[in-house]
Amino acid sequence: MVEFPPLGPVMPEILMTGFALLILVLDLVIKRKETLAFLSVAAAAVVMYAVLGTSGVTFSGMFAADGYSMFFKLIFLLSLILSILISVKYIAIERVNYGEYYSLMLFSTLGMMIMASAGDLIVLYLGIELMALSTYVLAGFIRHAVKSNEAAVKYFLLGAFASALLLYGISLLYGLTGTTDIKGVAAYISDNGLAGNPALMLSVILFVVAFGFKIAAAPFHMWAPDVYEGAPTSITAFMSVGPKAAGFAAMGRVFLIAFASLQVQWAAILIPLAIVTMAVGNIIAISQTNIKRMLAYSSIAHAGYALMGVIAGTPEGLAGMMSYLLIYAFMNIGAFAIIIMLRSEGFSGENISDYEGLSKKHPVSAALMLIFMFSLTGIPPTAGFIGKFYVFMAAVNAGYTWLVVVAVIFSAISAFFYMRIVMYMYMKEPRREVELTTSPALGLALAISALGVLVIGVFPGRLLDLARIAITLGWGL
Amino acid sequence: MLPELFFYYNATVITVLSALVVTRSNPVHSIMLMLVMFFHIAALYLFLNAEFLAAIQIIVYAGAILVLFLFVVLLLNLKKELVTQIFIVRWPLGLVAMAGLLVLMFAGIKSFTLGPTGDFTIEKIAGETHTAAIGTVLFTEYIVPFEVASLVLLIAIIGAIVLAKKQIKT
Amino acid sequence: MTGFLETMFSPGSADMILTIGTIVVKIAILIGIVLLHVAYAPYFERKVIGHMQVRMGPMRVGPHGLLQPIADGLKLFFKEDIIPAQADKSIFYISPVICLFTAMSTLAVIPIFGGFVIANINIGILFVLAMSSLGAYGIVMSGWSSNSKYAFLGGLRSSAQVISYEIAMGLSLVGVIIMSGSLNLTDIVAAQEAYPLKSFIIPQIIGFFVFCVAAMAETNRTPFDLPEAESELVAGYFTEYSGMRFALFFLAEYIGMLLMCAIAAICFLGGWNGPFEVPYIPFFWLLVKVYAFMFIYYWVRATVPRYRYDQLMSLGWKLMIPLALFNVVLTGTIKMLR
Repeated sequence: MVEFPPLGPVMPEILMTGFALLILVLDLVIKRKETLAFLSVAAAAVVMYAVLGTSGVTFSGMFAADGYSMFFKLIFLLSLILSILISVKYIAIERVNYGEYYSLMLFSTLGMMIMASAGDLIVLYLGIELMALSTYVLAGFIRHAVKSNEAAVKYFLLGAFASALLLYGISLLYGLTGTTDIKGVAAYISDNGLAGNPALMLSVILFVVAFGFKIAAAPFHMWAPDVYEGAPTSITAFMSVGPKAAGFAAMGRVFLIAFASLQVQWAAILIPLAIVTMAVGNIIAISQTNIKRMLAYSSIAHAGYALMGVIAGTPEGLAGMMSYLLIYAFMNIGAFAIIIMLRSEGFSGENISDYEGLSKKHPVSAALMLIFMFSLTGIPPTAGFIGKFYVFMAAVNAGYTWLVVVAVIFSAISAFFYMRIVMYMYMKEPRREVELTTSPALGLALAISALGVLVIGVFPGRLLDLARIAITLGWGL
Repeated sequence: MLPELFFYYNATVITVLSALVVTRSNPVHSIMLMLVMFFHIAALYLFLNAEFLAAIQIIVYAGAILVLFLFVVLLLNLKKELVTQIFIVRWPLGLVAMAGLLVLMFAGIKSFTLGPTGDFTIEKIAGETHTAAIGTVLFTEYIVPFEVASLVLLIAIIGAIVLAKKQIKT
Repeated sequence: MTGFLETMFSPGSADMILTIGTIVVKIAILIGIVLLHVAYAPYFERKVIGHMQVRMGPMRVGPHGLLQPIADGLKLFFKEDIIPAQADKSIFYISPVICLFTAMSTLAVIPIFGGFVIANINIGILFVLAMSSLGAYGIVMSGWSSNSKYAFLGGLRSSAQVISYEIAMGLSLVGVIIMSGSLNLTDIVAAQEAYPLKSFIIPQIIGFFVFCVAAMAETNRTPFDLPEAESELVAGYFTEYSGMRFALFFLAEYIGMLLMCAIAAICFLGGWNGPFEVPYIPFFWLLVKVYAFMFIYYWVRATVPRYRYDQLMSLGWKLMIPLALFNVVLTGTIKMLR
C-alpha cells in the first residue's frame, strides 16, 4: 500500500476544480446568469485566500506551491476576477449569456495555476492544455459571429501545433535525461555535462517556440491579432493577461531551473526574439484602425518587454517580470473595460475613430482611458512606468544595457499609437453620439484596475519587495 | 537483426503513410491510410511489450477518434476538394522551410545520447503484465497528471456541447 | 515481443514449429466450426421465427428445408458481382473484407474450453473491443463508397449506433474485469468458479442486462436494426453489394452475433463450466449457453418492433451508459469494501 501524499499544497487547485464543477451544475438550476458571475467571483476570492495560505511540495515533486507560483496564481486570479466583472453585461449584449462561460473561465485559470506550480514537464503540459482548451472554446463563444469562429479555429490550430512542438521538446529531453522532473532534468544536465549537446539545444529551441506561441512573441505571434479581434472582448482581455502570464510562469521555471546551465545559449535565442517581438508589436500597432487589433499588437510588444526579465536570468529579472505582468493585468484589463463600455446593442465601438471626442460626453471614462493609455506607454506616475523600470533595471544589471536602449526606443515609438487615442478623446469633436453601457460590476472592475495602476505607480516599492520575497521564498523548494 | 528489421519496417511505413495522409486529395482515402498507420503504431507498442497501449491505441484512436473524423468528412460536401490539385499555393516555400527544419532536427538528433532508463525492464513487465504495471504507475506516481488529463477531457466535452448549443433568442 | 521474435526464428526451435502447427490446426478447427454455424444459424433463425409466427419456415430444400443454407450459399456464390459505376472502387472492394476480418480475428481470443484458445493473450477483452470498434469502418466505408443515398444513410446510422453502444458495452464489461481482476478471457472464466452458479450472472446482473442490449445494437439486430431498415433504406449499407461480396457481409454479421453470444457466455455466464461435467465434450456448456443466447436474439427479433432513431440514441446515451457507469461504481465499491 502506497501512502497518500499530502493534499495541502494542491488545496487551491482542488477548490478551484470543485467550484468550477459546482458552477457548471448550478447553471442548470440558476436562471439568472449574473448570480453565477457573482458566485464565480466569490469562488475566485476564496481560492485566492487559499493560495495565500498554502506552500509546500507534494506528489514527489510534481507539484510545487512555492512563492513563485503563489505570486503568479495571484495574477491569474486577479485577472479572472476582473475579466468576470467586465463580462457580466457584455455577454448579455452579445447574446451568449451561458453559465458555461464562467465555468470555462475558472477551468482556464485552474490550468494556469497548474502550469505555475508544475514541477514536472508532464504536469506542465497538461496544465497548458487545460488552460488552452478552455480558452479556445471561450474565443469561439459568440457562435453566431463568423469572426469569433475564425478566432477559435485559428487559435486552436496554431495552439495544437505549438503543443505538438512542446511535446516533441519534452520527449527529446526525456530521452536525453531519463526524467521529466524539472529539477531532475537540471541535475542530470549539470552532472553529465550535457550543456553543449546539439540534441539538447534542439529541445531548448522547441521549448522556445512553444512558449513563444503561448506568450505571443514574434515570429510566433501571427494568431494573436485575429484571435484578439474575433474573440469576445472580455475574453480578449482575459487571454491577453492570464495565458500570457502563465506562459511566462512556465517559461521562467523551465528555463531558469531545468535549463539553468544553458543560460548563455537560450539567452542568445531569446534576445533576438525579444527585439523582433517589440519591433513587430510596436510598429504594426501604429497602422491599426481597430482598437482590439491595436491592443493585440500592443500585447505582443509587452511580451517583448517582459521577456527581458527572463533574459536577464537573475532573481531580480524574474521579480521584475512578475511585477510587470501584475501591472499589465491591471492596465490591460482596464483598457478593455473601457472598450466594452462602448459596445452597445447594434454598435461595436471597436474603431479607433469611435473614441473621437469621448471626453466631451463622458469625461470620467475618458480620464480612465487616459490613465490606462499612459500606463501602457509607461509614463511616470502610473504603474506601467514602474513595471518597465524594474525590468529594464534588471536587464541593465545583468549586462544587457544595449538591449534596454533598444527597448526604450520601441517604448517611445509605442507612445505614438497610445497617445493617438488620448488625442482623439480630448482634441477632436465627437462625430456621433456614443452611448456607454455601464453596470455596477464593470464600474467595480474599472475602479480596481485604475486604483491598481495609480497605487502601484505612486508606491511601487511594496510590489517589487513582494515579488522578490516570493522568489527567494520559493525558488529553491 | 530481426527486431531491428521489424522496427525499421514499421518506422518506414509510418513515415510513408503519414506523408500519404497529408497529400491525398480525397480525405476519405487519407483517413483509411491513417487507419493503417495506427496499426503500425500499435505494432510498435507491441514491439515494446506495451500490449495495453497497443490495444488502447486501436480502441481509442482507430476505433473512436478516427471514426469521428470519418463522420465529419462524410457529412461535408467534398466536390471541390476532389478536383482541387494544389491546396497550398506557396508550397515551394513550405517545402524549403520543412527541409530547413529537417536539417536542423537531424543535426540535433545526431548527437543524441540516451539518458538513464527506468526500472521497468522487459522481464519486470512480463512478470506483472503490462496492464498491471501501467495501472499501478498511473494511479500512484502519476496521479496528478492523470487527474488533470481527466479535466482536459471534461473541458473538451463541455466545449463541444457549448459550441453546438442553440442560440439564445432575443 | 523482441524475445518472442528471437525464439520464434532462432534455428532449430522444433518446439516453436510444433506450437505454430498446433495453432494452425486450432485455427482450421475453429473456422470450420464457425462456418458451419454461420451456414445453419440463419436456418435456425428462420425456423424459430417461422414457428413463433405460426408458419413452418423453410421446408422445400431437403427434409424440413435442411439443405436450404447450402442452396443459398451456392446461389450467392454464382451470382453476378455488380459494382456501381460511380463507386469508389478500392474502398468498395475492401469494406466487406474489413467487416469479415475484424469479426474473424476476434475468434482468435475466444476460449472454447479450458486450454483451447488460439491466442491466450493478456488483453483478451480489450482485443475484442478493439476489433469490434474496427468493424464500424467496414460498415461506414461500404456505405460511403457505394455512392448511393440508401447505403450512405445506412452506413452513417450504423456507425453512429455502433460507436454509441460500444461505450455501453465496454463499460458493462468493466464490472466483470473488476471482479475477476484480469483482462484474459480464460482467467475470467476461472474467476467465476468461486461464485454462485459458477458465473457472474448474479453479482453482475446490471452489467449483463446492459451488455445484452448493447450486443444487439452492436450487431445491428432488431429492435436496433435501423441501419438496414428495409422499409426506409432498402438494405442499408450493403444495398449496392451483390453476390460473394454481399455474402461476406452476411458472414460477418452472423459471426458477429456468435461472438457476442460467446462473450456473454464467457464473461457473465461462466463459460464452459456447468452444473456437471459432460464427458468427452468439454465445450458442451459453452455451446448450450451460446445457443440459448442466440435463441434470445431470434426471440427478440420476432416479438419487438423496431426503435425510432432518436429513441435508440437516447436509450444508449441516457440510459445504458449511466447504468453501466453505475454498475462500475457499485462493483468497484463492493470490491474495495470486501
